[in-house]
Amino acid sequence: MKVGARKPDGWTSIALLLTGGYLFMVVWPLMTVLFSSVTNADGFSLDGFATFFSSRLYYGTLLNSLVVTVCVTALAFIIAFPLAYFMTMFRIPGNRTIQVLILASMMSPPFIGAYSWILLLGNNGLITRWFKDSVGIETPSIYGFAGIVLVLTLQLVPLIFTYLMGAWRTIDVSLLEASESMGITGLRRALTVITPLLLPTVLGGSLLVFVRAFADFGTPMLIGQGFRTIPVLIYSSFVGEVSIDRSFAAAVAVIVIAVTLAVFLIQKFIVDRRTFSMTAMRPIEPSRLSGWKGWGVYLYVYGFLVLALAPLVVVVVSSFRNTLYGQFVAGFSFRNYITAQRDIVRYVTNTFSIGLTALVLLVIVAVLVSYLTVRRKGPLTGALDTMTMVPYVVPGLIIGIALITAFSQPPLVLTGTFAVMVLALAIRRLPYSVRSTTALMYQFSPSIEEAAVSLGASKFRTLVQVIVPALAPGILSGAVLSWVTIITELSTTLFLYNTSTQTLSLGIYAQVIRGQLGTAAALSTILLVLTMLSLFLLMRLSGEGKEIRV
Amino acid sequence: MTRIALQALRKEYAGQVAIPDLNLEIEDGEFFTLLGPSGCGKTTLLRMIAGFNSIEAGTISFDGTVINERPVAERNIGMVFQNYALFPQMTAAKNVGFGLQTRKIARAESERRIEQALESVRMVHLKDRLPGQMSGGQQQRVALARALVIQPALLLMDEPLSNLDAKLRVEMRDTIRQAQRDAGITTVYVTHDQEEAMAVSDRIAVMNLGVVQQVGSPAEIYRRPANRFVAEFIGKTNLLERDLLLQDGKAIIALGSGQSIDVTNLIDASASGRVQVSVRPEAVKAGSSGLAAEVLDETFLGSHSQVRARLETGDVVEFLEFSRRSELWQSGEKVLLEVDTDLLTFFDAETGVSIMSGATA
Repeated sequence: MKVGARKPDGWTSIALLLTGGYLFMVVWPLMTVLFSSVTNADGFSLDGFATFFSSRLYYGTLLNSLVVTVCVTALAFIIAFPLAYFMTMFRIPGNRTIQVLILASMMSPPFIGAYSWILLLGNNGLITRWFKDSVGIETPSIYGFAGIVLVLTLQLVPLIFTYLMGAWRTIDVSLLEASESMGITGLRRALTVITPLLLPTVLGGSLLVFVRAFADFGTPMLIGQGFRTIPVLIYSSFVGEVSIDRSFAAAVAVIVIAVTLAVFLIQKFIVDRRTFSMTAMRPIEPSRLSGWKGWGVYLYVYGFLVLALAPLVVVVVSSFRNTLYGQFVAGFSFRNYITAQRDIVRYVTNTFSIGLTALVLLVIVAVLVSYLTVRRKGPLTGALDTMTMVPYVVPGLIIGIALITAFSQPPLVLTGTFAVMVLALAIRRLPYSVRSTTALMYQFSPSIEEAAVSLGASKFRTLVQVIVPALAPGILSGAVLSWVTIITELSTTLFLYNTSTQTLSLGIYAQVIRGQLGTAAALSTILLVLTMLSLFLLMRLSGEGKEIRV
Repeated sequence: MTRIALQALRKEYAGQVAIPDLNLEIEDGEFFTLLGPSGCGKTTLLRMIAGFNSIEAGTISFDGTVINERPVAERNIGMVFQNYALFPQMTAAKNVGFGLQTRKIARAESERRIEQALESVRMVHLKDRLPGQMSGGQQQRVALARALVIQPALLLMDEPLSNLDAKLRVEMRDTIRQAQRDAGITTVYVTHDQEEAMAVSDRIAVMNLGVVQQVGSPAEIYRRPANRFVAEFIGKTNLLERDLLLQDGKAIIALGSGQSIDVTNLIDASASGRVQVSVRPEAVKAGSSGLAAEVLDETFLGSHSQVRARLETGDVVEFLEFSRRSELWQSGEKVLLEVDTDLLTFFDAETGVSIMSGATA
């Protein structure tokens, strides 16, 4: 039933306020990017686009990005599907721990993976050196295409895995039993019964993988070397290594948004037509495995786990190695931490002050927007809902560019401030946060709210005393997840920071670029510990067996 | 404590008329039920009274004061929902105390009233439980206490028993009835279950398609349904369509098998043409004379059986068999059916409206 007779009230002003804020803080900055992509000093011009398509040096990056993205998405699926299948269908020792570790590897900062593989397989890497010194073989280079695909795939398998596990939990065991009773088992059942049921989720997850792989900046920047992807091109043309060409950078940004938007729309078109709702009365009971089959499955699962966690272990170990002029030398100590302690304190303080402020802003806006879109359906809230989704298809780097373009001149100069960092991080994470809070809000029965109102509570009191406390566990786990992504975010804030607002992830990036590998490892370890502690908190909050969505 | 008057009430959803024009009066302290099939507008009407739905035309007044524009929070109502709608993060006692808190009742007084309210629904022992730790029946008891504790001017209940199992439903409806009597609060109750409505109500309004079909006590509605819809919706009935024969100032209906009934004193003088005779199952019994019929089947239900038989006219009639026969009726068995004419009602076949003398059309 609809709540009728809607006269303008407090909620209307909140909706207007949020819409205004969004138009000013997100839509307008992106419009300025679009505007500068079609103008130069003389007025209207498509020079930026013309330049891009004129040289292979430029349009080649788009092709590179697409090839990387397609390879990564496909590979990640091929690896994740058996992983999720085995974890659901068979009893695997340490199942719960494995899931937590896979989640941890997913939530660790992406560029730490790249950096760590350089430590292992780079020109002067551990494994490279070992092969050269004791076996006398040159290992294949980690730099370029192969390295990017390796790092991104390992990074994104856990993401698809989490999605698949979530979807799997909604499949009732009776469906499997029904197909078994009709004589369809094993691989045939996996392909004909399970796969179609998982497809909507798979497509939903693939969009996320696609956008992440396509927009990732840290990995190709660190490990790509000559192999340049499109985010790297945006970065280098925007910071202007050769000459500053804002119009060109803007044009490339617009092309990137066009690609992600197209993928988003195609995915939405496909998913909308084949979503079915299922709830499992009786979820799948894993069965015991024995013999060579069992060993094969264990090898696959544990093998992946080792590969996924190797970078994290390497970083932590490296942080205790001695360094000389930034390079690792023999011996272990705490020297990396001690020499960089002043920087560490600054980075950690900034990470907390900026991250927590962004988080509070994020949670408040997400609660208000989701309340409005669920309970106050209308043209205004519909528009608001659509607007909050915008950053979903806009890579972080471009959000950064948009904010710097819009707010580096009057009326509002924000560049280099604390505020712009907070704003950028909140905007970046908002679509995810709004989605998860909206899902919570939908599950919350309207009659509970009506009960509060019928007992004489005002709308504000109902929100603060009834709705928010009732949804608090869900909101809190969502917030912890947002917190983890906020502290590991790199590309959004890359253009916006200065030394007084540098966070841990920005610090790691700067130290790697500067060649201070020891300091970078120490900072990465601290960031990892922070991430792990947050995830541990999340586990405690959401309890056993609950699904964790990113 | 509160008299409610609904006048010329109209409700539309996006141009669709849900309630065209509705008039009702609910007496002070009355247990009044809105009864009808799903989609008949009963919940819509309840939510209009509560203030959750807009009113397109007409007025709702409490004790003569029009309250159309009064916000929900200021109507002083207690509401009980189908899905209980307890605040999940609050204990039973906190839930019950919520309305008192918004009314700024002193703490000691508040605690006394919470205790008393939980006592009245026999839930004191679970006052520190969270809703998630209670059964459906227990949750609904707390919800009832929460609605009653604020001493509302009006108690509104929207299908409060629908989510409970059959046995609990019977138990809960007695609790509701008792609590309402003790508190003496005017109550509007919505249900689609006619048995439930009969068990708890002082008066019932039977609704269909947004229109009130009949208002009356449970007995009136059952014995003298205003139209065919009410007769069929409340309890079971067999409808036999016949001609009304008017001869020598008498009105006669031929039921079949040479059996005719004189309805001159039963029906309105202006009635004529085709009529429908509503024959309740309990008005028929197998006997030594009456309508000739052939048994179709018997459904054994413990205390009694439902027997279906086909008359010579082709009409299928269902009746109740209470006698403790050792054998069930066999299909094809011949039977003579006696009809108790005092229990019959008559409708115009075309309009479906009652043609009983003195019927409230």
